[in-house]
Amino acid sequence: MTQGALEIWGIILALGVGTFLIRYSFLGLIGERKLPDWVLRHLRYTPVAVLPALVAPLVVWPEATGGSFDLPRVAAAAATLGAGYLSRNVLVAIAAGAGTLYGLLFLIG
Amino acid sequence: MPNARLTSTYWTGFRHGAPFLLVIAPFGILFGVVGTEAGLNLAEVMGFSILVIAGAAQFTAVQLMADNAPTFVVLATSLAVNLRMAMYSASITPHLGAAPRWQRAIMAYFLVDQSYAVAHARYEAHPEMSLAERVVYFFGVITPVCPMWYLMTLAGALAGQEIPPEYAIDFAVPITFLALVAPALRTLAHVAAAAVSVTLALLLAFLPYSSGVLIAGAAAMVVGAWVEKRTGART
Repeated sequence: MTQGALEIWGIILALGVGTFLIRYSFLGLIGERKLPDWVLRHLRYTPVAVLPALVAPLVVWPEATGGSFDLPRVAAAAATLGAGYLSRNVLVAIAAGAGTLYGLLFLIG
Repeated sequence: MPNARLTSTYWTGFRHGAPFLLVIAPFGILFGVVGTEAGLNLAEVMGFSILVIAGAAQFTAVQLMADNAPTFVVLATSLAVNLRMAMYSASITPHLGAAPRWQRAIMAYFLVDQSYAVAHARYEAHPEMSLAERVVYFFGVITPVCPMWYLMTLAGALAGQEIPPEYAIDFAVPITFLALVAPALRTLAHVAAAAVSVTLALLLAFLPYSSGVLIAGAAAMVVGAWVEKRTGART
């Protein structure tokens, strides 16, 4: 991390204010008016649109291995996804992913 | 006895929020650890959890900061992660919009995944709740959730520097994000959005400062909405 203290606090404050305004938007400002359908339709997909994009490079080119393919990490990602999809439970998914990661790291190093 | 009734409504909310401690505690510790490992000091880590109070966005920001992405990309991507909360805000407004403005402001600050999901379900199931009961219930739900987020972040930040690299803590963030995404893959539209997101993120990884993530995320939202419209499937 090369950011200085001022830049870091700037990011924290801007993110805090921005996040608050997103949360306050309708509750505070728009009152009981309804959002247009097409806006709601896009907002519904933000988690599944943004989070996988963040994760994919970390899985395929992990920094900890210098960016080369790493079987324990790819297998752990697959296990997390599979267990989370089938169980619909965040904790079960985390347990499956962590178990796979540490199991394989222990076995093949 | 309206006060006794409000007190009991508060504790009902508290009971409904309590199970989330199982998610909040490890997630909070993890943020403290990851933030510290990335090079943030204790005050900065706590600043994130108290001022931003949004787990996934906090991890996103720290990840991109560690990659030395420009401030604009850090903010745009992290706020995109939080855009879903505009939907929470819109959908809870019919239930809480009549509360005084200062109460709405405080509730907005605490409008996180857990409080939204629990409170919205309760209001829909019990339309007879008075405004005061709804407000009190909301605060009941967040009482075990949000203070614990701060505390567990603090615990993680204090433990952070002592976790050696062979514990592969680098991979805690991917696992946590995937664990959040997988249960959300409810319809073809969700799966299509996630597939576009992954494909574009990998194809655009050559772009500087993780800016490919922004493009991939925006394209995936459009595709998700488009597939939903085509298939007529919702939620």
